[in-house]
Amino acid sequence: MRFNTATSPHTTPATSVDQVMRKVLIALIPGTAACAWFFGWGVLINIGIACVVAVLCEAAMLYARGKAIKPYLMDNSALVTACLLALALPQLAPWWLTAIATFFAIVFAKHLYGGLGFNPFNPAMVGYVVVMISFPREMTQWLPPLLLQTHVDLGFIDTLRLIFTSTPPPGLVWDSITMATPLDITKTQLNLQFSIQDIHADRNHGPLFGNLGGIGWEWINGLFLAGGIWMMWHRIIDWRIPAGLLGMLVLLSNSFALYDYASYPPPTFELFSGGIMLGAFFIATDPVTASTTPKGRWLFGAGIGFFIFVIRTWGSYPDGIAFAVLLMNMSVPLLDYYTMPRAYGHKWSELPGEDKHQDPKQP
Amino acid sequence: MTQLSSFHGGLHLAGHKTLSTSQPIATLPIPARLVIPLNQHIGAAGELLVAVGDHVLKGQALTKPVGYVSASVHATSSGTISDIGEYPLPHPSGLSARCVVIDTDGKDEWLPHQGEPSYRLLHAAEIRNRVRHAGVVGLGGATFPTSVKMNPAGQIIDTLIINGAECEPYITCDDMLMRERAKEVILGADILLHALGTAHCIIAIEDNKPDAIAALRAALKAAADDTQLGDIAVIAVPTLYPTGGEKQLIKVLTGKEVPSHGLPAEIGLVMQNVATAAAVYRAICCGEPLISRVVTVTGEAVAHPQNLEVRIGTPISQLIEHCGGYLPANPLPLSARADGSPSPQKGAGRPVSQGDTLIMANRLIMGGPMMGFALQSDELPVTKGCNCLLIQNVPAASAAMPCIRCGECVTVCPASLLPQQLYWHASSKNFDQVQDYHLFDCIECGCCSQVCPSHIPLVQYFRFAKTEIWHQETEKRKADHARVRHDFRSERLEREKREREEALRKKKELLAQKAAAETTSGEDDPKKAAIAAAMERVKAKKEQSESAADSAPGKNA
Ligand code: SF4
Ligand code: SF4
Repeated sequence: MRFNTATSPHTTPATSVDQVMRKVLIALIPGTAACAWFFGWGVLINIGIACVVAVLCEAAMLYARGKAIKPYLMDNSALVTACLLALALPQLAPWWLTAIATFFAIVFAKHLYGGLGFNPFNPAMVGYVVVMISFPREMTQWLPPLLLQTHVDLGFIDTLRLIFTSTPPPGLVWDSITMATPLDITKTQLNLQFSIQDIHADRNHGPLFGNLGGIGWEWINGLFLAGGIWMMWHRIIDWRIPAGLLGMLVLLSNSFALYDYASYPPPTFELFSGGIMLGAFFIATDPVTASTTPKGRWLFGAGIGFFIFVIRTWGSYPDGIAFAVLLMNMSVPLLDYYTMPRAYGHKWSELPGEDKHQDPKQP
Repeated sequence: MTQLSSFHGGLHLAGHKTLSTSQPIATLPIPARLVIPLNQHIGAAGELLVAVGDHVLKGQALTKPVGYVSASVHATSSGTISDIGEYPLPHPSGLSARCVVIDTDGKDEWLPHQGEPSYRLLHAAEIRNRVRHAGVVGLGGATFPTSVKMNPAGQIIDTLIINGAECEPYITCDDMLMRERAKEVILGADILLHALGTAHCIIAIEDNKPDAIAALRAALKAAADDTQLGDIAVIAVPTLYPTGGEKQLIKVLTGKEVPSHGLPAEIGLVMQNVATAAAVYRAICCGEPLISRVVTVTGEAVAHPQNLEVRIGTPISQLIEHCGGYLPANPLPLSARADGSPSPQKGAGRPVSQGDTLIMANRLIMGGPMMGFALQSDELPVTKGCNCLLIQNVPAASAAMPCIRCGECVTVCPASLLPQQLYWHASSKNFDQVQDYHLFDCIECGCCSQVCPSHIPLVQYFRFAKTEIWHQETEKRKADHARVRHDFRSERLEREKREREEALRKKKELLAQKAAAETTSGEDDPKKAAIAAAMERVKAKKEQSESAADSAPGKNA
């Protein structure tokens, strides 16, 4: 009786890329649902546009690069990129903005660098930064959260029309629909020498702030946090990156708020406004562009937290997640190199190229 | 020594151990033919002591050890040697090697032998020598000659570790051996302690084997009145693959790490497998060489998984036959099967056809699922290193995706390596870099391959890189040699010329002799001689019968 041979292990693998990506998509659901609840149909329409464009771009690029289309398209990674990008964009962003961002993410940031596994920069964040820099006006078309939408009631059709034709429903003008985000307001008002307390007490701005962060935003962040914890539970993501990121953010914001509570928002606000939880658990943890060593992940997360705080506090953009992630992406090769774990039986961490290796053991 | 440490990474794997532990160890009947490889250990093969046509007894040495790292091989039943030649062996490369083939006579007649139950009277060197001549090697699979590891060689060994962790799924031969022959294990450990001049011994067992732990503790208690018994402790260690790896177990038990490229003896430790300890007991106290071992025959695609006491040299096919043979493809669903053994998983691989019937198994593995290697055929002999035969249906591997740098492999690697970096450099044949990332500290445990979501056969890349590097090193050594030789080239040429002339002269002489001999009798050629002899005999017979015929009437008369 003859048998086929193969190398060990003779087991079925525990998981696969498409399963990992599918779990990421599942973990996004609660936070996304909260977004849709507070900000309306635009969230879902954006996700739809981004997904369609991403899959088309992915298929075209795979075809152009002569790769097997089916297994790569089935890995769900393009969908994850598309969802993260769509969630980061304003809900009323015109369709072409979403499409351009997705196009850049998939074609430039992913495939021109070699496709899945080879891209040094987080594709979703590259797409985001491209449109952020090119179309700053469209990038501020945020809706006020549901609780404050007393005067606007955008239905599905209205939202579609807004996104595809940029025409507000009859009787409404753009400015009456959109509103600055709590982060924007905090930044501009602080620049106008108002204190945090002034802003919160303000008749116009006050209602935007909840107990923790921006009203509505706190729920969204809370549910993304829950999704992130679920992913850590299922070992889809490593806990060190979010821990490093949030830890650093709390450390910095707490120190500054203690130093001057009038000019620096409290840590809870930093954590529960903008896209922090989405960034910490879903974007910064993109395995391809993060560090792979345990210590490297701590530093990678902490670095992002540091840059987020710096950009939010002193930069010219309200939320710095995208820039922070891209900056830390650049440092990954160095982080990986200098944080190599100490291998079993080695006295200290001998960095590659530095240790004088002995003769390999003969069998 | 109750404070246990832990190693980095590792995996919690489903054990599948109960599949083969429901029955006691059965002894396999004597096969008609035994194929006994002459080299079944790491190190030099012994010197052959027998010839074709010899009748050998059970336990008779077939080889005697040559060199320090060597051990004997013995006849595992009585019979006649019918061949000595190259036979395929269970080896990852599918190698053939020299084997002695014995046609058994069924009497299973022992060579008279005698042990020394009062082993404490023996000198350490004498114990080592007996172990070496008894052919005892590491039975955990490494097959390193045990006598070598019993020699402290100037180092102070403060603890002997007996490894009964048996961390790989499915394998239960050590478990069953500990349950049934606990006393042999304990006494074997004591002999090893005596030989090493060591005071302490830890028998480490994973805590998923409560029966074995209880059996050993009971045996230890029973031996308590032997005041000279060494300080032996049975310690349960947490079940986590690969706790049974030498380096990992040492870390768990002592918190110390074996230096890279070093041996445990450097940190005062020696490790032996439980089955090896039992074999040492038999060798010393009973005088029995290592002629059989316990083999687990298990897996989802064999009818009656169990443990068997098997003579070395028995064909694997007989073990499987004894266990009810291969299960046919598509057996009845779980509910319909009396023993409740699982039906094949969804997405099972293509079965292999056996004659007319399709069988479920598509892979025959020697060892466990994580580190064992797939055999090409079941017509191979059981060797000393064969602890388990796993008969499985392994679904075909899906195509590998690119590495997504998820770091799961880093998380689970028990050697604290960066498998994903190793893979990167190994796949681009960057052999210097791959050594910088400590390729040679990889124990090939398979944890990284198991968790990789991209289904990259990481271990395969690491083995490939290791083999390539060894190959390159050998080539380099050869080249160095050549350079050295070059300096003596002229001298060599000169010598060769002389030798050629000499050889030519000799050849001429020989030819002349041969020609002379042929004209006389041709007796130097055995074949011709045999033919001549036969012809002579025929002639003689003919003459005889003729003369008989001639004389017959006379006789009758
Ligand atoms: S096979 Fe080697 S690299 Fe992979 S986990 Fe085991 S020791 Fe680490
Ligand atoms: S587990 Fe596989 S995909 Fe993940 S980092 Fe390791 S090699 Fe890459």
